[in-house]
Amino acid sequence: MKKASILMIIGSLLLLGLFIYPLWNIQLGAPQYPEPLGMNIYINGIKGQSEFDIQNIDGLNHYIGMKTLPKPSDMWEFSVFPIVIGSMAALGIVIGLLAFFKKVDHRWFLGWFLVMTILGILGMYDFNAWMVDYGTNLDPNAIMKLQNPDGTPMSYKPPLLGHKKLLNFDAYSYPRLGGYLMGLGMLLTLVAFFVGKRSKKNAI
Amino acid sequence: MKKYKIHILSIIAAFALLTSCGNNNGQNSSNGALNASAAEKMYVAPGEQDDYYAFMSGGYSGNLTVYGLPSGRMFKEIPVFSQFPTSGYGYSEETKPMLNTSHGFVPWDDSHHPDISQTNGELDGRWIFINGNNTPRIARISLSTFETEEIIEVPNSAGNHSSSFITENTEYVVAGTRFSVPIPQRDMAISDYKENFKGSLSFISVDPEHGHMDIKFQLLMPGFNYDLSHPGRGKSHGWFFFTTYNTEEAHTLQEVNASQNDKDFIAAVNWKKIEEYVNNGGGTKVPANYAHNVYDESTHMATTTMKKEVLTVDPLKVPGAVYFLPTPKSPHGCDVDPSGEYIIGNGKLSADLTVHSFDNMIAAIEGKKFDGEAYGIPILKFEDVLAGTVKSGGLGPLHTEFDGKGNAYTTFFISSEVVKWKLGSWEVVDRKPTYYSVGHIMIPGGNSRKPFGGYAVALNKITKDRYLPVGPEMEHSAQIYDISGEKMELIYDFPTHGEPHYAAGCPAELLAPKAKKIYRLDENKHPYAINNPGEAKVTRDGNEVHIYMSTIRSHFTPDNIEGIKVGDKVYFHITNHEQDFDVPHGFAMIGQNTSELLVMPGQTKTSVWEPKQVGVWPFYCTDFCSALHQEMQGYVRVSPANSNIELSWSLGD
Repeated sequence: MKKASILMIIGSLLLLGLFIYPLWNIQLGAPQYPEPLGMNIYINGIKGQSEFDIQNIDGLNHYIGMKTLPKPSDMWEFSVFPIVIGSMAALGIVIGLLAFFKKVDHRWFLGWFLVMTILGILGMYDFNAWMVDYGTNLDPNAIMKLQNPDGTPMSYKPPLLGHKKLLNFDAYSYPRLGGYLMGLGMLLTLVAFFVGKRSKKNAI
Repeated sequence: MKKYKIHILSIIAAFALLTSCGNNNGQNSSNGALNASAAEKMYVAPGEQDDYYAFMSGGYSGNLTVYGLPSGRMFKEIPVFSQFPTSGYGYSEETKPMLNTSHGFVPWDDSHHPDISQTNGELDGRWIFINGNNTPRIARISLSTFETEEIIEVPNSAGNHSSSFITENTEYVVAGTRFSVPIPQRDMAISDYKENFKGSLSFISVDPEHGHMDIKFQLLMPGFNYDLSHPGRGKSHGWFFFTTYNTEEAHTLQEVNASQNDKDFIAAVNWKKIEEYVNNGGGTKVPANYAHNVYDESTHMATTTMKKEVLTVDPLKVPGAVYFLPTPKSPHGCDVDPSGEYIIGNGKLSADLTVHSFDNMIAAIEGKKFDGEAYGIPILKFEDVLAGTVKSGGLGPLHTEFDGKGNAYTTFFISSEVVKWKLGSWEVVDRKPTYYSVGHIMIPGGNSRKPFGGYAVALNKITKDRYLPVGPEMEHSAQIYDISGEKMELIYDFPTHGEPHYAAGCPAELLAPKAKKIYRLDENKHPYAINNPGEAKVTRDGNEVHIYMSTIRSHFTPDNIEGIKVGDKVYFHITNHEQDFDVPHGFAMIGQNTSELLVMPGQTKTSVWEPKQVGVWPFYCTDFCSALHQEMQGYVRVSPANSNIELSWSLGD
């Protein structure tokens, strides 16, 4: 059980990587952008991959009438996400410590994992909804108003995960180090559950 | 058995061909038929980049052009001494001061000898210097922005030709005069030249941090013509060598009268000794008048300071500072090998090259083996300083560069060839024709302690039939030789721009990583810059109107301006708000008596317009900046001089 508790604590600690490293990254490459423009999405805001990328993405987006990228103050998510992640990390560490001193058992690990998974899915849903809003809620006076072959207005929503062609741009959307650390941390808490379960079985 | 051997050979040959196909860096040796073709050696595939930068002087274009080696592709023309309407250099209010001199605004010069800054005798890629030959000036160009940052005029000089060569830690950039002149200038008979005219050799100090130039001292030498020069390096660091001709001191028909002496001199100058003399209060300050023009990257603006004094040094006052080395046949190029031991005098009217030894020179000085003196300056005995003679078989040697592997490459103008020879044994190992009448040759780092070798570029004076005919006037030709093997191999032939004299080259990795992509808007300290379009405004002070304007894809802010009157002097101060690589915006106003502006991201430039006619006059962006470039335009309403229309400006109303 001690081993499982330590895994639980490490797993929870890995969430804190999100305070340092970006959760997600969207890159936009085009023939005239051999070095793609990119934005790193942190839990508390969006930063350019290179210093002026946000300004340059906004500059390009104005042609299709897209809103400028949000500042931290523009979206509630950027103030709420750090609280949620911080709380979940703290909660995970507390559960790990309690389990270490045998106050709670391994089922708490699974409980924490399920809550975190639900929060993660909600987060992805929210992220997708934000991208849908940015990609489709365009200025009616946009300089370029493009339509799909069926006559509907073209959407510029980047993919939630993977690659999509948006006009001359290739958009790539993938997790970044903070996101990978979170995934690894969550995986460790799940492993902690199974390790804890087995050690209990062995103890019986 | 014989047949068998041939089969094996052909298999090896086939194998070599197969493997060499994958080798596109052009570095493999060049002897024999097993090698990749010449085309393959210079071929840089689309999307690939060159191995070396080459900076070629523009000669009578007054500029400096940047090429890639081995492809021979031109990347940029850097305006230096000449107005350049392409970017507005010398036309914009910010850059006009760059061309100020004691003779007023001089919009042109003749640029000759670029030299890259050095540390410990090796190229360091901070700056490149180049001389203006006609109205004596030295320019310093940044190798991060590839723009001219500073120009200093050289007083008491005329035909600034034995310039702009730098010492091995860039302590000095040296400028020697080709014409001797009265110093100070005065009204006197030309026929009184002899014994009255002087030749000045100027040592211009370079601030190690900012590169700012200042004339430390001018050495006033006898009235010869100081043709070319190079610094000592390694053990000869602290010395500078200048070829001279016209030691006859002829003042007319020099073609004949300056070619009478069998030997002229190489002047060896111990600048360390003179520096010490000057630092201890030596020398004479004399009145002078010369311009010092400095461009500030943060204000994007140049300013001119007129300097009124220069420190002169009489060589006779510093014993042991200057010696003459007799050198046959009006030597032109003066080149020092990477070790600093050999000083090569390229006697342009002979077949042979004279090579002096630095060690011999020091021994001769110490042994006081003098052969008389000229104007009090000791002449060393020719036989005592001579290291050897290269019996080239060519005619008209001009310039020599080095590959760092013990070889020297000398150009022969009259016999139109490059001759490769060995230092020390003086034996000729190869010769290749040039097309035609080669002047300088350039090997990357070839005039430093550490040549990079690889390629040699021959810069020719005559083009004739090399390219498709374009009338009587044409660009000069250049040839690239692969010098990685024992024999030189001609791999490419291309036209240059202007008349390149000397050139300088360095490996791409020395400069490419630090080349600037944009200027930062948040570091822009131009007094008329605006940081965001909301600050755009138009102000009037009498008949002077200042328009604070910004550009970003794809509009000007403001783009409608009213209240301008005939007789106004209108300054368009344009700040490019882009912070994206390679997104300049241009600006041109109809009927303007000046050039366009090309404004780089984060930069501010100013253009003046003096409207003479009532009307509504358009301006537009001249650089195809975006898909909506054609929409990037605006109007200025010009009313009669006595109109009461208030100044107003707008965008998108």
